Amino acid sequence: MSSRHEILDRVRKNQPAPRPLPNVPMFDAGVAASLDAFRTALSRMGGRFVPAADDQDLDAQVHALFPDAKVVCSATPEVKGNRPIDSIRAPRDLHDVDVGVVRAVFGVAETGSIWLSDAEFGVSALGFLSQHLIVLLDPQAIVTNMHRAYQHPGLFTADYSVFMTGPSATADIEGVLIHGAQGVRTMSVIPCRRGARVTPRPTGA
Amino acid sequence: MKRIDHAEASSHFIKAKDHIEFHDRRLWDLRQKRDRESVQLDEWEALRTLASEIKEHTLTHLADYLEEFEANATRNGVHVHWARDAAEHNQIVFEIMNSRGARTLVKAKSMLTDECDMRPFLETRGIEIMETDLGERIQQLDDEPPSHIVVPAVHKLRADVARVFSETIGTDPKNSDVHYLAESQRQHTRPYFLRADAGMTGANFAVAETGSIVVCTNEGNADLSVHLPPLYIASVGIEKVVPRIEHLGVFVRMLSRSALGSPITQLTSHFRVPRKGTEMHVVLVDNGRSERLGMDDFWYSLKCIRCGACMNTCPVYRRSGGLSYGATYSGPIGVIIDPTFNLRKYSSLPFASTLNGSCTSVCPVRINIHEQIYKWRQIISERNQLPMIKKEAMQIAGKVLSSPRLYRAAVETAGAGVEHLPRFMLYNRLNTWGLQREVPQAPPSTFRQWYLEHRVKNGGRG
Repeated sequence: MSSRHEILDRVRKNQPAPRPLPNVPMFDAGVAASLDAFRTALSRMGGRFVPAADDQDLDAQVHALFPDAKVVCSATPEVKGNRPIDSIRAPRDLHDVDVGVVRAVFGVAETGSIWLSDAEFGVSALGFLSQHLIVLLDPQAIVTNMHRAYQHPGLFTADYSVFMTGPSATADIEGVLIHGAQGVRTMSVIPCRRGARVTPRPTGA
Repeated sequence: MKRIDHAEASSHFIKAKDHIEFHDRRLWDLRQKRDRESVQLDEWEALRTLASEIKEHTLTHLADYLEEFEANATRNGVHVHWARDAAEHNQIVFEIMNSRGARTLVKAKSMLTDECDMRPFLETRGIEIMETDLGERIQQLDDEPPSHIVVPAVHKLRADVARVFSETIGTDPKNSDVHYLAESQRQHTRPYFLRADAGMTGANFAVAETGSIVVCTNEGNADLSVHLPPLYIASVGIEKVVPRIEHLGVFVRMLSRSALGSPITQLTSHFRVPRKGTEMHVVLVDNGRSERLGMDDFWYSLKCIRCGACMNTCPVYRRSGGLSYGATYSGPIGVIIDPTFNLRKYSSLPFASTLNGSCTSVCPVRINIHEQIYKWRQIISERNQLPMIKKEAMQIAGKVLSSPRLYRAAVETAGAGVEHLPRFMLYNRLNTWGLQREVPQAPPSTFRQWYLEHRVKNGGRG
């Protein structure tokens, strides 16, 4: 008998009497899906919240945030960067990226998490091999809590998806918190409407 | 197989005073953080009940959900394998790698692969394994198993890590700065992510409805292990299945709050379909779980989501260290799981508890841990697995406690005994309780003496 059959047979034989499946409420009556709550939760998890520059020149803002960055790879049309994500043949080609830029699909007020999938990353390793990650988030695209977050249809259709909540972290040695364990060292969220018109920076004036 | 002597093993850890004090404090700190987080949610107790009910429903319909998971994962292009036991699991992983010429494996933390003792099996067959979780890597380099299911090297101090790293990955032996040590591991590990032939993770949840594997981590190492190599293998215990995506909300809200006192792990990753041009394999592992499911008193332990809250709160665990349990799973959850693997080997573990019930009250899936510990004690004494000293003491205690006359005589003389007997009579091999403790001073009179004096003399009024 195959292992599969043996295991399933034994499980069926040993399963205790059936118990019912409860309904899961949303637990968010009266809870606001506010940007403020998102911001507070994100900063608790070590993420930065960086308001968009007045002139909406995101490339300039990325440069201002990381003036020393040599390689900026953007997976969102709103930021140009200097390493087109389309030029990446294998994920390891991202090994020298200083700053990765992506657009999140939505944020979660309860935890300060952002959600995105392989479609937004272009190459999913961008969210982990980059030294720093900048995330654009539509301030309107925020849900209350994780129950609400798991209602999103993308969880059913994306090949890969992730809730990211701040930078990678470890406290494995004496409980000392280190940001930048194996993944990104910092994560900055810039609230900025999807498709907001990118106006060139006024020159001369 | 040799019986694990928990008390003897813990005595080594107890001798290292700095270590045990730090260990106790650090884990209690995690427990307090968990308390602060859980009281923030009005629905915390409701979530615990839901989590418990969802798990009980799933376990009582487990075969159907496993088949549903398999069908959906297969449809997604994932290869699903079934392993009866640890040996078969290891063989499957080896064959997947070997048949594709894969020699290097980058690996996220997985208690299941520790349970299967996978590393030595693969290493002797020429596969190089890089543990990429910091704590697990420290333990790998020190050739020790993890001592805690969430923080594997929690029993080590920074100087220990500095020693291990200097001897293995060439850090400065005099530098025990935690940032320096963590950064050194980051730099050392990075090239492995870039060149590994295969990546591996465990699973926190497997969703039947979508065939997804869900991994909750903080370090980013699990995602790096999956997104770079051309081959991804996930080892999954059959009890990790949940019916639907919506159920993840309940568990994800409680997992990290219970484990570390943070609202969520930095990363909650859902792997459903393999990346284009790569392969994804899921190995569903039984290794005793289907047997446990048939044990009336003990199947509830299969609800465990491996948060470690019961370990952090347990006074015995905090003061004895995870390695003293001599098993993959330590602390209260280990105490009730380990005997199902080998009753004789782990027969001392259910006695590593004060039965204070704290584990049960912090468990996010409401496992009745302390009641199960008590039940294991009954089974172990019935099956004659008690050590001689404990058995003798219990027989004497049984005789004394069942006779009011003997009991009174014993209690009245005990106080005098503590006061007047020389130390060697009180503290010796027969009094294991007194090895690390002082016998308390007895009050001047027993309760019975006091009662007779005050109540009976006054006609029953005080």
